[in-house]
Amino acid sequence: MAKSGLFSPTRKTGQGVRHMAGKEMQMTGAEIVLQALKDNGVKHMFGYPGGAVLPIYDELHQQDDIEHILVRHEQGAGHMAEGYARSTGKPGVVLVTSGPGATNVVTALQDALMDSIPLVCITGQVPTSLIGSDAFQECDTVGITRPCTKHNWLVKDVNQLARIIHEAFRIATTGRPGPVVVDVPKDVQFATGTYTPPSPVIAQKSYQPKVAGDLEKVRAAIELMAGAKRPIIYSGGGVINSGREASQLLRELVELTGFPITSTLMGLGAYPASGKNWMGMLGMHGTYEANMAMHDCDVMLCIGARFDDRITGRLDAFSPNSKKIHIDIDPSSINKNVHVDIGILGDIGHVLEDMVRLWRASKKTDRTKLEPWWAQIDRWRGRKSLAYTPNRDVIMPQYAIERLCALTRDRDTYITTEVGQHQMWAAQFFGFEEPNRWMTSGGLGTMGYGFPAAIGVQVAHRDSLVIDIAGDASIQMCIQEMSCAVQYNLPVKIFILNNQYMGMVRQWQQLLHGNRLSHSYTESMPDFVKLAEAYGGVGMSCDKPGDLDAAIMEMIDTPRPVIFDCRVASLANCFPMIPSGKAHNEMLLPDEATDEAVANAIDAEGRALV
Amino acid sequence: MNAQHQPTGSAYFMAAETARPETHTLSVLVDNEPGVLARVIGLFSGRGYNIDSLTVSETEHEAHLSRITIVTTATPNVLEQIKSQLERIVPVHRVVDLTVRSNELGHDKPLERELALVKVTGSGENRVEALRLADAFRAQVIDANTEHFIFEITGRVSKIEQFISIMRPLGLVEICRTGIAAMNRGAQGM
Ligand SMILES: Cc1cc2nc3c(=O)[nH]c(=O)nc-3n(C[C@H](O)[C@H](O)[C@H](O)COP(=O)(O)OP(=O)(O)OC[C@H]3O[C@@H](n4cnc5c(N)ncnc54)[C@H](O)[C@@H]3O)c2cc1C
Ligand SMILES: Cc1ncc(C[n+]2csc(CCOP(=O)(O)OP(=O)(O)O)c2C)c(N)n1
Ligand SMILES: [Mg+2]
Repeated sequence: MAKSGLFSPTRKTGQGVRHMAGKEMQMTGAEIVLQALKDNGVKHMFGYPGGAVLPIYDELHQQDDIEHILVRHEQGAGHMAEGYARSTGKPGVVLVTSGPGATNVVTALQDALMDSIPLVCITGQVPTSLIGSDAFQECDTVGITRPCTKHNWLVKDVNQLARIIHEAFRIATTGRPGPVVVDVPKDVQFATGTYTPPSPVIAQKSYQPKVAGDLEKVRAAIELMAGAKRPIIYSGGGVINSGREASQLLRELVELTGFPITSTLMGLGAYPASGKNWMGMLGMHGTYEANMAMHDCDVMLCIGARFDDRITGRLDAFSPNSKKIHIDIDPSSINKNVHVDIGILGDIGHVLEDMVRLWRASKKTDRTKLEPWWAQIDRWRGRKSLAYTPNRDVIMPQYAIERLCALTRDRDTYITTEVGQHQMWAAQFFGFEEPNRWMTSGGLGTMGYGFPAAIGVQVAHRDSLVIDIAGDASIQMCIQEMSCAVQYNLPVKIFILNNQYMGMVRQWQQLLHGNRLSHSYTESMPDFVKLAEAYGGVGMSCDKPGDLDAAIMEMIDTPRPVIFDCRVASLANCFPMIPSGKAHNEMLLPDEATDEAVANAIDAEGRALV
Repeated sequence: MNAQHQPTGSAYFMAAETARPETHTLSVLVDNEPGVLARVIGLFSGRGYNIDSLTVSETEHEAHLSRITIVTTATPNVLEQIKSQLERIVPVHRVVDLTVRSNELGHDKPLERELALVKVTGSGENRVEALRLADAFRAQVIDANTEHFIFEITGRVSKIEQFISIMRPLGLVEICRTGIAAMNRGAQGM
C-alpha cells in the first residue's frame, strides 16, 4: 500500500491507513506498533514518554482508538496494567522509554510474573547501531528483564515487529499468563517495513500450552474424591486466571460434591464468601478451620494453587495423611514443593468441565459420610479465629474493613490493597462474592501496588467503585499517581488504615526480635488530607468508630479521587498466624496470643528459617 | 555456571535435604535465536541449579534448531523441577533426560564423549614420555615444534581427566575442553 494518506488530516480520526486490519501493508515501525496493538484488541495503555519512544508517542497522538494514560512513574504504569488485567481478564499494556523507563518498570514485571498476570510491555531502546556502546539512556533491557518476564524480545528488524507483537500477546495471555517485554530500538520505530496481521500459523512452535487434562487422571481423581471421608478443596489464583467460566464450574463442583472449600489469597472470590461450604482463606493468616482441615484431611483437591510457603508452613508437617490431587497448567508447579498423588496438567476451566461432567454421570455424594467431617469443621469454626475485641473509642482495623464491606455490599465494587497487615485484614474481613474483584500483590508482596492497580481497574470500569485498602507506609510508595487519577478523573478511593507503623514489620519484630522496633515506626507522616488537596483530590479523615459509617458513605458518594485517612488502633496485630517453622495445627489465635504465648511462639530454629 | 547445590524448596521453611543427589545428562532442543543460551544459563544460576558441563551448537541449520547438552547434579525432585523449568522457556522445544532414557532402554548410561586440546611443553625424557602416553591414549598430535606438543584427545570424561592428570607432571601448560556431547544408543532418535 502506498503511503498516500499518511499525512492527510483523516488520520487523526483513525480513518486512514491503520483501519485496514487484517491486511499486509507497508508502515513505519511506530505505526506497526499501534496497528498491532489495535489488532490485538487493545483499548487502553499506560505509559510514560522519553527519547527512545518518541516515534510511537507521535503515532499515539494521531489516533483515537487507544487511550493512553500518562502515569507519574513507570512502576505505576506496570501496576495499573496489572489492575486492569486482573479485573478484566484482558492483558494490560505498558509503554515506556529506554534506560530508566525500563528499569523503573522492573518491579511491576516481577510482580506480574509471580502472580501470573498477563502484561505486554513495550520499551524503547537506543538505535541498533548504538546498542552496546553505553549510549545515552541505554540499558540491557532484555538482559535485565529476562528473569522477570515470561519471555522477551529485542526487535532488530522492522519486518519482524508485527509478528513479535502478536506473539507477545499470545504468550502473555495463554498457558500460565505472565508479563512479556518487546524492546524496540528507535531506528526500528522509524524504519518502514511490512505489517502482517495476527495469524495462528506463524506462531512459535515450541510454545503450545496444553489446556485439556488427561481424562484418565480426571477419572482417577474422581475415584479418590468419591472415597474421601475428610475431603477439602484448596483453590487458588489459577481459577481466576482461567476465566469466569472456571469460577462457575468450581461452584458447581462444590455444590455437587458437598466438599468444604478454602482458597489462597490469590483465589478469593472464585467461590463466594457467603457460600455455605466456604471456610475462609488458608495459610499463614488464614482461618483456624481452613488450616486445621488442610492438616487433617484425607483427600486434598488443589485447583490452580501452587503450594506456596505461606500456605504449607513446615513442609514435613503439611497435611501429612492426605492423598493429594493437583490441577495446574504449569508442569513446574506440580510436585514443586509438595509431592502429589495425581497431577493433572491442563487449564482449570477445561479440567473442571470434565470433572463436573464425569462426577455428575457417575457419582452421588453420600452426604451422611461427610457429616462427621462437617461436624468437626463446625467445631473448628466455633473457635472464631478472626475474633477481635471491639473498642468504642478507637477504630479497630478489622472493624473498619467490616464496615467498608457492609457499606459497599450492594455496589459494583472492586478492591485493591497494598502490602501489610491491612492487606491481610482485607483478605480476612472483606467477603468477596465474585472473581476479578480483588487485586492484591501476593507473590512479590509489593508495597505501592494497590493504588496504581486501583487506577488501572478504574480505567477499565469507569462507573464502578474502586477502593485501595492501604497502609500508611505502603501508600507513600506510589502516591505520585494521585496526579494521574486527578488528570483522568478517575474517582479512586484510597482507604488508609493508618496505624502509624509498618504494622506487619512491627508484628514480626515483636514476635521474632524481642520487640525491638527498629525503623518500623512511620515518622514524619504527611498530612494525608492536605496531600490529597494538594493534588486536587479530596482528603478526609476519621478517628472515631461512631463517625466511621457516615464518613465511609461520604467517601463513596464523592465522585472524585479521595484519600481517606482512617486512624486505627496503632498496635493491633494480625491473627490467626502460623509462625515460621510451625505446622498448620500450631497456629497462634487471637485470644491465645497473650504476650507470653507470643514471646514463646517461635523457637530459635524457627527464627533462623524466617 | 558453578552455583552450589541448593534445594529448590521454599526459602522460608526449608527442611534439610535428605535425598541423594544424582548426576544426569539432559538434551535440550531449542530454537537457535538470540539469547536462548542466556535463558538456559540464567535459569540454572537464578534457581541455584548446578551445571557440571554445558555444550551447545546448531544441529539443524534449516530448522534453526540447536541442541544444548547439560550435565547437572541434583536430587530426583530437583531434577524434575529442572526439566519442567526448562520446558517453560518459550524457545525450548523438548527436554530429554538422557540418563533416564538410557535406563529405560536397558543401558547403563548414555554415550558421552568429550574433546580436549592439551598443550605440553618440555624436553628430554618428559617429552618422550608424553608422546608415548599420548599414543597409548590414542591422542593425536595436531601441532608440535621442538618444545611443545598439542594433543587432541576424544573420549569419555574419565579418560580425558586421566590423560590430563598424567600430562600434568610432564609439562602441561594449557587445556581446553569442549564439554560433553551425548546421545543414547540404538536406532531411535531423541
Ligand atoms: C504479607 C503477605 C502475607 C501473605 N499471607 C498469605 C496467607 O496467609 N495465605 C495465602 O493464601 N496467601 C498469603 N500470601 C500470598 C502468598 O504469598 C502467595 O502469593 C499465594 O498464596 C499464592 O496463591 P496461589 O497458590 O493461588 O498461586 P498463584 O500465584 O495465583 O498461582 C496460580 C497457580 O495456578 C496456575 N494457573 C494459572 N493459570 C491457570 C489456568 N488457566 N489453569 C490451570 N492452572 C493455572 C499457575 O501455574 C500457578 O501454579 C501472602 C502475601 C503477603 C504479601
Ligand atoms: C517495596 C517493599 N518494601 C518492603 C516491604 C516489606 N514490608 C512488608 S509489609 C511492610 C510494612 C507495611 O506498612 P503499612 O503499609 O503501613 O501497612 P500495615 O502493615 O501497617 O498495615 C513492609 C515494610 C515490602 N513488602 N515491599
Ligand atoms: Mg501501617
